Amino acid sequence: MAYSEKLLDHYENPRNVGSLDKSDPDVGTGLVGAPACGDVMKLQIKVDDQGVIQDAKFKTFGCGSAIASSSLVTEWVKGKTVDEALTIKNTDVANELNLPPVKIHCSVLAEDAIKAAIADWQKKNGRTPTVKPDTVQGDRAELAKKGALKSGI
Amino acid sequence: MKIPIYMDYHATTPMDPRVLEAMLPYFTTEFGNAASKSHVFGWRAEEAVEAAREEVACLVGATAKEIVWTSGATESDNLAIKGAARFLSGKGKHLVTCKTEHKAVLDSMHALERQGFEVTFLDVERDGRLDPARVAAALRPDTLLVSVMHANNETGVVHPIAEIGAITRARGVLFHCDAVQSAGKIPFDVEAAKVDLASLSAHKMYGPKGVGALYVRRKPRVRLVAEMDGGGHERGFRSGTLNVPGIVGFGKAAVLARAEREAEGARVLALREKLRKGILAELDLVTLNGSLEDRLPGNLNLSFAYVEGEALMMAVKDVAVSSGSACTSASLEPSYVLRAMGVTDDLAHSSIRFGLGRFTTEDEVAYVVRLVAEKVRKLREMSPLYEMVKEGVDPSRIEWANPH
Repeated sequence: MAYSEKLLDHYENPRNVGSLDKSDPDVGTGLVGAPACGDVMKLQIKVDDQGVIQDAKFKTFGCGSAIASSSLVTEWVKGKTVDEALTIKNTDVANELNLPPVKIHCSVLAEDAIKAAIADWQKKNGRTPTVKPDTVQGDRAELAKKGALKSGI
Repeated sequence: MKIPIYMDYHATTPMDPRVLEAMLPYFTTEFGNAASKSHVFGWRAEEAVEAAREEVACLVGATAKEIVWTSGATESDNLAIKGAARFLSGKGKHLVTCKTEHKAVLDSMHALERQGFEVTFLDVERDGRLDPARVAAALRPDTLLVSVMHANNETGVVHPIAEIGAITRARGVLFHCDAVQSAGKIPFDVEAAKVDLASLSAHKMYGPKGVGALYVRRKPRVRLVAEMDGGGHERGFRSGTLNVPGIVGFGKAAVLARAEREAEGARVLALREKLRKGILAELDLVTLNGSLEDRLPGNLNLSFAYVEGEALMMAVKDVAVSSGSACTSASLEPSYVLRAMGVTDDLAHSSIRFGLGRFTTEDEVAYVVRLVAEKVRKLREMSPLYEMVKEGVDPSRIEWANPH
């Protein structure tokens, strides 16, 4: 697989690998994917009182593209407000890393992971969820049309 | 020790320098077409081709007249299966094969299905072996051919072909055996195994790519409908100008295989065991895919739980190996061979196939053991599944939301 330099960098030197305390009320945890698919991402965010994401950590079971995608999004969400983080789209990730077409679904999963982490934090903090954790805004229909999503999605 | 290290001997093998040396004149001075009957250029090419034919025949316990040259084992598989089915189609329409066969066999079978034949795809046991009783049970009065490989290219598992051959011979059914991975590595004899057709490949035994052979039994005579028409070469089985240099190389590779197989097999087995034991001593939660006893000496197929195969291959990029993970296949499907053995998808995604061979060294094995252990540990540190396991949660019990 011919990967871009940025992707290889994120894979060789992943940013923010690790875990935050799940039970901390400021921490939102998103767990997406499935072992049977070969892709599982756990993304955690620590949000302050102003709704700004102060820290993010990830762990991923998946290929180089999956690891790079999740590493990249932890970098991107840090310093953003929760609402700003929700605007991160999988296409941004795919473009930044130059993902080959067959790996686009890794970026979709990374977007899912952000939304799942945010939804979890919102639930813990009595906020109304702005998006359900298992839907992805925007490009899913586009991707399905292009055949870039795995069958059965 | 050269980096990168090659440990993918089941995908292809480096050409033995002695094979290359034997081939060179046939590119330069001895360039004749072996079918040119009227001049010395043709005669010399033909002589070389026939000498190679003897050698390949000898390797598998056949006679020279029973060897047909092809462009490779994929063509041999196609010719054997489709050729036999088409010749015998008046007598029946049923074929039997195994779910873990190479795609050249499976896709040939599927093509025949589309033309009205019926195919039974047999299951294997958990250790990857095909139980001969399943073959016996699947045979029908209108069964034309059974195709079962000798050794599997992914797991290295060796099937009990002599027992299968005894069954098919007794029932008057043709037995085709894809011997690509076994010929020259472990004993393969067409008489002992009662095989009627066998596919062979040069580039899996340190010969060149682009040339293979099909063994076609003459006593009793097996007839096939040719796939390639145009001139009637190879007794009408396979038309087309022969790849003389390739065939010469194949012949030389066969000579070397016969001479060196036993000693090489023992050496490669020792290296494989060093690799296997070395890795198992360093890491936990590693499973072997396929029988350990009934296995090619150079094959090691391991699943590293909670680490994905492509990520691991990238991590050990100094070593050339392959994986049963979906991420490494264009179709995003995990290995069908592992699945047929009952390996769960997550472990299929975590599998790595190591293939050792003639030029593998002890230093390389020691290096790979250290490298694999280091990288698996690093990837497990990054794995949410491994984290769960260490916390006492069983990932297989979780209901994954799978928004995927």
